[in-house]
Amino acid sequence: MADAKKKVTVATCSLAGCFGCHMSLLDIDERLIALLELVEFDRSPINDIKEISPSVDVGLIEGGVCNAENVHVLRQFRASCRVLVAVGECAATGGVPAMRNHYTLKECLQEAYVRGIGVAGAEIPSDPELPLLLDKVQPLHHVVKVDYTLPGCPPSADVFWMFLTDLIAGRDPVLPPSLIRYD
Amino acid sequence: MIRAVSTPAIEPVSLILQHYERDPGELLQILIEVQHALHWVPEEAVALVAAHLGVTRAHVRGVVGFYSFLSDAYLGEYVIYVSDNITDRMQGSEGFAKYLCSRLGVPLGQTRADGRVSVHFTSCTGMCDQGPALLVNTLPVTRVTRERLDKIMELITARTPVADWPAEYFEVSDNFRRSDVLFRRVFEPGEALQAAMRRAGDDTLKSIRFEESVDPASGVSWKRGADETLKELYRSDLRGRGGAGFKAAIKWETCRDIPSPERFVVCNADEGEPGTFKDRVLLSSYADMVFEGMTICGYVVGSSQGILYIRQEYWFLKQALEAVLQRRREAQLLGENILGTGFRFDIRIHWGAGAYICGMETALIESVEGRRGKPRKRWPLPVVAGVERRPTVVNNVETFAAAAMIALKGGAWFAGHGTQHSTGTKLFCVSGDCERPGIYEYPFGVSVREVLRDCGGLDAQAVQVSGPSGTTITRPEFRRVFAYEDLSTVGTVMVFGPKRDMFDMVRCYTHFFKHESCGLCTPCRVGTSLLAGLVDKVAEGKGSPMDLEDIQHISQLMTTTAHCGLGQTAPNHLMDSLVKFRGDWDKRMMVAEFAPAFDLDASLAEARQLTGRDDAAAHL
Amino acid sequence: MPDSKKTFQLDDREVPFREGQTIFDAAMAAGIFIPHLCHNPDFEPHSSCRLCTVIVNGRPFASCTQPAVAGQMVQSNTPELRDMRRMLTQMLFVEGNHNCPGCIKSGHCRLQATAYELGIPDNHYQQFFPLREVDASHPGIILDRDRCILCGLCVRISRSVDKKNVFAMTGRGIDTTIVVDSPSGLLVDSTVSVDDQAVLNCPVGALMLKRMAFDVPFGDRTYDQALYSEDSVARFQATEANRHG
Repeated sequence: MADAKKKVTVATCSLAGCFGCHMSLLDIDERLIALLELVEFDRSPINDIKEISPSVDVGLIEGGVCNAENVHVLRQFRASCRVLVAVGECAATGGVPAMRNHYTLKECLQEAYVRGIGVAGAEIPSDPELPLLLDKVQPLHHVVKVDYTLPGCPPSADVFWMFLTDLIAGRDPVLPPSLIRYD
Repeated sequence: MIRAVSTPAIEPVSLILQHYERDPGELLQILIEVQHALHWVPEEAVALVAAHLGVTRAHVRGVVGFYSFLSDAYLGEYVIYVSDNITDRMQGSEGFAKYLCSRLGVPLGQTRADGRVSVHFTSCTGMCDQGPALLVNTLPVTRVTRERLDKIMELITARTPVADWPAEYFEVSDNFRRSDVLFRRVFEPGEALQAAMRRAGDDTLKSIRFEESVDPASGVSWKRGADETLKELYRSDLRGRGGAGFKAAIKWETCRDIPSPERFVVCNADEGEPGTFKDRVLLSSYADMVFEGMTICGYVVGSSQGILYIRQEYWFLKQALEAVLQRRREAQLLGENILGTGFRFDIRIHWGAGAYICGMETALIESVEGRRGKPRKRWPLPVVAGVERRPTVVNNVETFAAAAMIALKGGAWFAGHGTQHSTGTKLFCVSGDCERPGIYEYPFGVSVREVLRDCGGLDAQAVQVSGPSGTTITRPEFRRVFAYEDLSTVGTVMVFGPKRDMFDMVRCYTHFFKHESCGLCTPCRVGTSLLAGLVDKVAEGKGSPMDLEDIQHISQLMTTTAHCGLGQTAPNHLMDSLVKFRGDWDKRMMVAEFAPAFDLDASLAEARQLTGRDDAAAHL
Repeated sequence: MPDSKKTFQLDDREVPFREGQTIFDAAMAAGIFIPHLCHNPDFEPHSSCRLCTVIVNGRPFASCTQPAVAGQMVQSNTPELRDMRRMLTQMLFVEGNHNCPGCIKSGHCRLQATAYELGIPDNHYQQFFPLREVDASHPGIILDRDRCILCGLCVRISRSVDKKNVFAMTGRGIDTTIVVDSPSGLLVDSTVSVDDQAVLNCPVGALMLKRMAFDVPFGDRTYDQALYSEDSVARFQATEANRHG
């Protein structure tokens, strides 16, 4: 990755997340310009590319794994990316979505679609278009091998900047305690 | 969080409480009786017991929650525990448990809706030489076969009281296959104690000074015989038979020399190390010798109170042990005026309730005092502040038996057997793939090969020495000898024949330690769970090199940082296996670099069921 | 004041100690932080979290209960011990349900602060996602067992300081959990009160006062302002100065 002539390719996506981590990535502000000198974005909500290329240098994944589609996307990223990064608390621990792990899926779906206030024609949706939910929300490292984790809800812009610039420069990115935050 | 209870028969609880002082130390003993009477400890009983003893309900709930044989849920008229040592599994126990559950129509660990019966696994019940074994309403059923299970289920269906079941089901054999100098002869009650009291001795051991042997706190002046017996114990170089191998004489002398108005002598018969059953045999057939060793210890250290702490798996010995104690009281070998010397000493029996950790001496003492069996802080040692914070000697059953014989025959006689650094003889509990499982007494220095030859297990591929916390020995090491300077041992020898998959043992014991971790310290509480999960993952063919690395790191962490011996030694069998039986691991390892520990497709099953979908996208 | 003649070696420093003092106390008095979670120097040590493990003359001991002895060689800040402390901290995270973004203790939490300082980016191990009960029955106090690290401080403090015995442990091994002393098992029926030291000294967000969620804004909280090590040493030294002059 130390080869400065060829840009590093970066893919990003959000699984069971809130896109807050992506917002934080954009929060590196004017450094985005410097970053874009070094990286080229592959699949990402930032450029709206929907499919990941077969060979990408770095994959940044926000959010945990809550449904079958998340599993497919995560597996695609793992297969395509040389370095896979869990970004934020949801990717690292399941985060807020994993708070549903206290309940059975039946309880969750009934609360949302059957017992919910103002629900008419109550039934649990079964459209094949909808990805099926896993019984528990899982952090990424339960499903695939993860190479790095950027903690934080979201990780600060400085975390993204430091991590990516270290990685691109060929250094092993190790966050100093001052950049490690889980909230 | 406390479940509502229909009014159970609470009268038995009141009756039980009548027999106990208002001493919180009696809590565990009371709860055991309540459990036996009601087959659970309902909340109403918790309240009554707490009020009687002046402790909080939370404390009582905490004790109920700690011990495997106490339950806050009703376990049914017949409570069946299937012994779950690897030796039981080698004899088919897992299949038998499944058979019981399916024929009785009850899931494992649950009580049948009609309240008739429940089936559970329990850690090794100490019947490895006559397994597979069960406990039915506290009584051991040995040599289980499918036919025997069918009969048992008929009896349960007919609601025949366990007391009326055929006696042969409950037959427990000593299987004493080889005796040496300690257990060759018949022990005459009182002979060792008399020898101790009459011992005149000499003054060659200058380290023990007579002028120091008056206890300033109690003013008791020690008879010469006590000092001379301690000298003989020094001469014998007897080391603790519970596994740690600490020199008994040093322990006894330290206890004696700490000023205190009272001291305690505790005999550790918790014998929870899977594969170990020598204490059961000693207490079945040599109880006098053990009690006499305790009494001599009391005489030497200046104690009037002995406690036999015994695991509940040996409840079937209760009447016999109480009868031996009673006989000894009648013969003036216990009581207020032992052998007319004015020496006062008595022994009470304190039952455990299913907790391996209670074999650890400070956890045992907590349990003796009626609390959760959690190990104490490292300091002070029990010999300084043990039971009731008084100086306390805790020794193994076999140590006391040996001490009795040393008092009788002298230290030099004892030291004349065994090796230079491991004097005397040792009992070995041999089980597993051999023709003659049972108890073998050998002088220290006997080789693994000799033991295997005698028991008919020479074709073994491995021997697990000292239980899961011990060492795995393979064929090239069979020439090694049992002695503190080589293979230090509690005496457990589990033999694994050439066809056994040694990974099965690892799986059995990682779960054993997970079940038995007391939960006090982080590395053991969480580490044992993580290890069990990782080993299961490997067993399911999902293991990766990353998982093996984790297993190694967690094992090292536990060995270094765990609070007590349980956590420190729990990974021993794993680490041995990874080195010595790597092939049994490698054949299970996946090729890829990572697989999830859980089944992704199965984790969609609930959603499939809720939505009625079964299309391709509904699977992973 | 410590007897200047009595010292032991801690990493590369000579540390003075008083007779009977633990390695932990002597180190903290000398301004050397040893990570710890189940121990609060204001109360009796317990040696259960094992984070304070040090190597004394080649053997591991929990420094919070290990007496200092003149001349002993103690290692604490070694790469091996730092790794082990990281693993122990990660273990505490995975056995419970520690959701920092959703926890109002965030910033005041010693588990979190310890993890920050040890440089832990992830949980590494499989998370257990245990099902634990939350007790919000009391008008002023919440017991969220998801966040409990089983340090036992509430049990010990309620017994020895509050003299109430409100809390106890039940279960065993990984199923160990806190129980409340009341007929219903709920806090509301217990003798607990909002000024109980047992409640106020929970190092994590397991026992908390209600309606205090935003008493201090995020960013201005205890461990936003100071590292746990600095804060802890400063508190320790202040208490020592009060006690021993």
